[in-house]
Amino acid sequence: MKRGWRRAGQAVVFALLAGAAAITLVPMVWLLAASLKRPEDLFTYTFFAPRITFESFRDLFTKEPFARYLVNSVFVTSTVVCAQLFFSSLAGFALAKYAFRGKRLVMLVMVSTMLIPGQVVMAPLYELLFRLGLVDRHLGLIVPGAVSVFGIFLFRQAMLQTPDELLDAARIDGCTEFRIYWDVIMPVSRPMVGAFCLMSFMGSWNNFLWPQILLHGSDRFTLPIALNQMIGIYQQQYGMLMAGTLLSVLPVIALFLLLQKEFVAGLTAGAVKG
Amino acid sequence: MFRLQHRLAPYLFVAPFVLLFVSFGLYPIVKSLALSLYATNGPRDAVFVGLANFRFLLSDPDFHTAVLNTVEFALWSIFLQLPLALGLALLLSARWLRGREALRLAFFSPNLVGQVFVGVLFSVLFVPQYGLLNRVLHALFGVPLDTNWLANPRLVMPALVITSLWMYVGYNMIYFLAALQAVERDLYEAALVDGANPWQRFRVVTLPGIKPVAVFVLITSTIGSFQLFELPYIMLGNSAGPDNAGLTIVMYLYNNGFVTGDLGYASAVGWTLALGLLVISLFQMRITGAWRGASE
Repeated sequence: MKRGWRRAGQAVVFALLAGAAAITLVPMVWLLAASLKRPEDLFTYTFFAPRITFESFRDLFTKEPFARYLVNSVFVTSTVVCAQLFFSSLAGFALAKYAFRGKRLVMLVMVSTMLIPGQVVMAPLYELLFRLGLVDRHLGLIVPGAVSVFGIFLFRQAMLQTPDELLDAARIDGCTEFRIYWDVIMPVSRPMVGAFCLMSFMGSWNNFLWPQILLHGSDRFTLPIALNQMIGIYQQQYGMLMAGTLLSVLPVIALFLLLQKEFVAGLTAGAVKG
Repeated sequence: MFRLQHRLAPYLFVAPFVLLFVSFGLYPIVKSLALSLYATNGPRDAVFVGLANFRFLLSDPDFHTAVLNTVEFALWSIFLQLPLALGLALLLSARWLRGREALRLAFFSPNLVGQVFVGVLFSVLFVPQYGLLNRVLHALFGVPLDTNWLANPRLVMPALVITSLWMYVGYNMIYFLAALQAVERDLYEAALVDGANPWQRFRVVTLPGIKPVAVFVLITSTIGSFQLFELPYIMLGNSAGPDNAGLTIVMYLYNNGFVTGDLGYASAVGWTLALGLLVISLFQMRITGAWRGASE
């Protein structure tokens, strides 16, 4: 008898959770439906219309230079991710596995600046980039974004756990220190590499405020800025807007599905251990 | 030769980071302190004004509005969003539950959509007449179809809270789930043997077990809430909304610093935000007893 009640309770909890999960997914399903509707169906059908069309996607590339925005975003993001990955893991490796003068100072400065929100540096950074001639250039997004203090901590944390014997064995075999980084420690840290790549990708891909400040010419716009401009023009005929949003979100979802396991591990590594 | 490259290696490894960090991280931080004492017009023209930026800031009614809105949003995050995230995590960590992986993924998935894209999507969902939200609310509760969420000063904040719930509940849930998995099962069994009821088990075993993570989530999500900018800026059509109902501190910084070109003022707003966040974080650590936990 008691067991029956427990079963019923579990069924209710499951139903509630499944319902909440379904509600969570509704906006995304609606997004997909809206980008596949014909303009005349936009206001007639709440979700999918009986006839689907790719018109909105076609308009996106013909009426707007969407391909340009896509290329800009892909270029900026992939450069930033590669640079952050390389510099952060290299510095994280040095901080995890070497004793050197000034190490404590580097760590201390890193920790204290992590507490300062990014908005503080925006004004002087703009001034600096203006003097370097990097305003309204993609380099102005890439160069200041090339290192991630958070990333250095993640890699240091992961690399601390690699046994020193592994590195010493490679040294006896005649590996240079850089070879050890490249051929020994990076392959061992693969889960963290995956997690960091996704976090860094999302950060750069979705970045809005800094590009909004820095970029003026529309041929240099990244997707977030371009879509923000499009809202003003297409809010009534929102099919194109939704198609653009869908295309902007798909790369992140694809990458997430690829790196899911590593991502969750990396996300919580800082909180649980730190 | 071998010794030399071994000794030099760490310096070479941190060199690119240190170089970039000093020029684009540390230098701007120091520079912004100085800059906050100047009135500027674009990057080229600056006049020393002492603390006038801060005096003006603290007496500007728009800044007061921005602070009040931001604080209200942060309170919703702390007292509505985080408990929901913890509740979901508790339910989802039940071992008998089927399809846990799929449910977790569903709740987390909105976070993959960046703030800007969420803003674009929800600005359409909140539209009167045809917007999905109004249709659903109309069908279920008879809410009028012409409710204009983003044009009504009293509905702007609820719209922002709903949107951020959608985006962040699942995200914080992941942290709580990880923390719950780390709580030792023996402690639960010991509490069961002692005859503790579910609430007592939660208070005596679960809560202390997840405390370090909970404090981390509390502090980071408070900091995140205080930096709110993209959601209202996009949803309200690059404005502060009706009666400045969606004006936040960072939006105030952007509008008064970058749109008008007063980089000195932008720095002053930035440092005011930084100091405020520092005080709030320290306060949160104190009342949650995070220091006591750390020193034990």
